[in-house]
Amino acid sequence: MLKFIFNKLLMLIPTLLGITLAAFLFVRLLPGDPVTVLTGERGVSVERKAELMAQLGLDQPLIVQYGYYLKNILSGDFGQSIATHKPVIDEFFSRLPATLELAFAAMLIAVLLGVPAGIIAAIKRGHWPDHVVMGVALTGYSMPIFWWGLLLIILFSTTLGWTPVSGRIDLIKYYFEAETNFMLIDAWRSGQAGAFGSVVHHLILPAVVLSTIPMAVIARQTRSAMLEVLGEDYIRTAYAKGLSPTRVIMVHALRNALITVVTVIGLQVGSLMAGAVLTETIFAWPGIGKWMIEAIARRDYPAVQGGLLFIAVAVMLVNLLVDVLYGWINPRVRDGK
Amino acid sequence: MSLLSVRNLSVAFPTQNGWFQAVEGINLTVNPNEILAIVGESGSGKSVAMLALMNLLPPQARITCDELVLDGKNLLQLTATERRRLNGGTVAMIFQEPMTSLNPCFTVGYQIDEAVKTHVGGGRKERKEQVLSLLESVGIPDPARRYDAYPHQMSGGMSQRAMIAMALAGQPKLLIADEPTTALDVTVQAQILELLLKLQQQFQMGLILITHDMGVVAETAQQVVVQYAGQQVEKNSAYELFNHPHHPYTAALLSALPERALPTGLLPTIPGLVPGQHNRPQGCLFAPRCAYQQARCQTEVPALAQQQQGWIRCFYPLETETML
Ligand SMILES: Nc1ncnc2c1ncn2[C@@H]1O[C@H](COP(=O)(O)OP(=O)(O)OP(=O)(O)O)[C@@H](O)[C@H]1O
Ligand SMILES: [Mg+2]
Repeated sequence: MLKFIFNKLLMLIPTLLGITLAAFLFVRLLPGDPVTVLTGERGVSVERKAELMAQLGLDQPLIVQYGYYLKNILSGDFGQSIATHKPVIDEFFSRLPATLELAFAAMLIAVLLGVPAGIIAAIKRGHWPDHVVMGVALTGYSMPIFWWGLLLIILFSTTLGWTPVSGRIDLIKYYFEAETNFMLIDAWRSGQAGAFGSVVHHLILPAVVLSTIPMAVIARQTRSAMLEVLGEDYIRTAYAKGLSPTRVIMVHALRNALITVVTVIGLQVGSLMAGAVLTETIFAWPGIGKWMIEAIARRDYPAVQGGLLFIAVAVMLVNLLVDVLYGWINPRVRDGK
Repeated sequence: MSLLSVRNLSVAFPTQNGWFQAVEGINLTVNPNEILAIVGESGSGKSVAMLALMNLLPPQARITCDELVLDGKNLLQLTATERRRLNGGTVAMIFQEPMTSLNPCFTVGYQIDEAVKTHVGGGRKERKEQVLSLLESVGIPDPARRYDAYPHQMSGGMSQRAMIAMALAGQPKLLIADEPTTALDVTVQAQILELLLKLQQQFQMGLILITHDMGVVAETAQQVVVQYAGQQVEKNSAYELFNHPHHPYTAALLSALPERALPTGLLPTIPGLVPGQHNRPQGCLFAPRCAYQQARCQTEVPALAQQQQGWIRCFYPLETETML
């Protein structure tokens, strides 16, 4: 198992190298440059601009810039944000918990609703519960997130007044030190009455929005995996043993179906990050996604490069985790067969 | 009193072109401690008939039956849940493909334990003892180690032994073995068959043995049913059937036995295929392939009628001499 993980990690290196190059070129291909954005509409003299560019090292040929960038990464230096002059790595990790919290909540909702919905659809195949689940899943899957988020805000926040429009906690009522930056944990540990509830209250709508697409995908995949598994010989064996339908479906069938579903969940993590960018922007959620959008707008080259690299690493680590989990629930893989 | 009594069991499946009659009016009687063999080519409805007994067919199957009594219980009056409880208890079944019949995600011990838990009960430790002794009795070496093995770590023969252990867990009175050796290596086939017969004796079970292999039937069964395209075409005691086959299909199956091979050394095979849904003949279902068919066979359907010792569905049953 350790060898398996080590091999996987080794294979990540070329991919990561590719990502550094892609991120490096991507920011530089955007029209404009950090200095123009920083100095505003009126601009500065050509000489002053050249001076600032030189300060940032942007006057060098691209290949040289890239070389320095790589060299710095290898020594653990991911650069400083041009906008804030803070190390990119600090900027990233101070915002990561907000995104993780949101993504985790979204995934939890997606799995807790998507898996049972898929199971129900499979065992009621061709009947109305199946049609309802599949209809809703198709709608959810094709929903543009931005529009969907605004729609929910209008309904639940503006019209019904049930949920807040933005932010992570009611800042007027509660104050505590950020320790972990996971608001749920910090609020819990602060011991202030109602703080945790307020965090959940703020989290719920963005999490629902972000969960929509993965939930739809998970429901559909669970359904098709269950349908396939329910036709297997060992299901017939389980019934022949006299087990109850509930046990056959929830133990014998589901366990096998989950092998496929876990892979699908893993694949959703990448698109979850894409969804997080939009969701965080809609809900003014102070996470990685919102930070990336701002960094791109400012042409904050080091921030964008570093951010993309870290996100890529995070997605890969999650996929590695899924691989390990996959081996854990699938005995055939565990044995390296 | 017989252990199992089935009268006029039919099964049909819905298809795009109407109902497909997979099993047509079969009757079976199995006495306690008796071995009944069902033989017939692929597609003759042997498995479907057995799955119908066990109530394991998909819900769209249309099952009709005049009488279905197992161990004194009228199954037709039981609810689905009550019938389910008999499965693995009073009646157990093992299947053709041992490798796919075990759930790949659970250990062999766990899967056998489920059967023990359902039908015998007892605490964790007692049940484990019970599973280990079951594994032992089906001849699995090193049961303690095999208990924690996953199906993919076992050979086909070992898997079938595990399936047999699982079937025995509920101390069934009737065991249905649906081609239990077909998928196995030739060397293993004989061992598994021998094991089944030994256990049948040891536990005094009724056994329905489904097979293509007339040789196996000759060695084991007391009663034989020959099935063709969903119908029973001949029923008799094994002794009578082997010495005096009356239906041309039975005779053809028998002449395919190696020891009855033609002097040339070639095995005679029956030309043609079992009729499917679309090419069901009007008259006798076997007529198109029958070497002895006459005009009447093509228009009229023969009934299963008692003739001499057994039951035969044929207008012109063979005399033994005709066949040889
Ligand atoms: N669920 C089903 N839906 C539709 N048709 C089915 C179904 N199950 C079986 N059949 C059909 O019923 C017929 C009889 O099948 P069955 O499996 O009983 O044959 P068999 O005698 O057991 O053959 P084999 O020796 O190959 O096991 C076949 O033509 C098969 O295609
Ligand atoms: Mg069969």
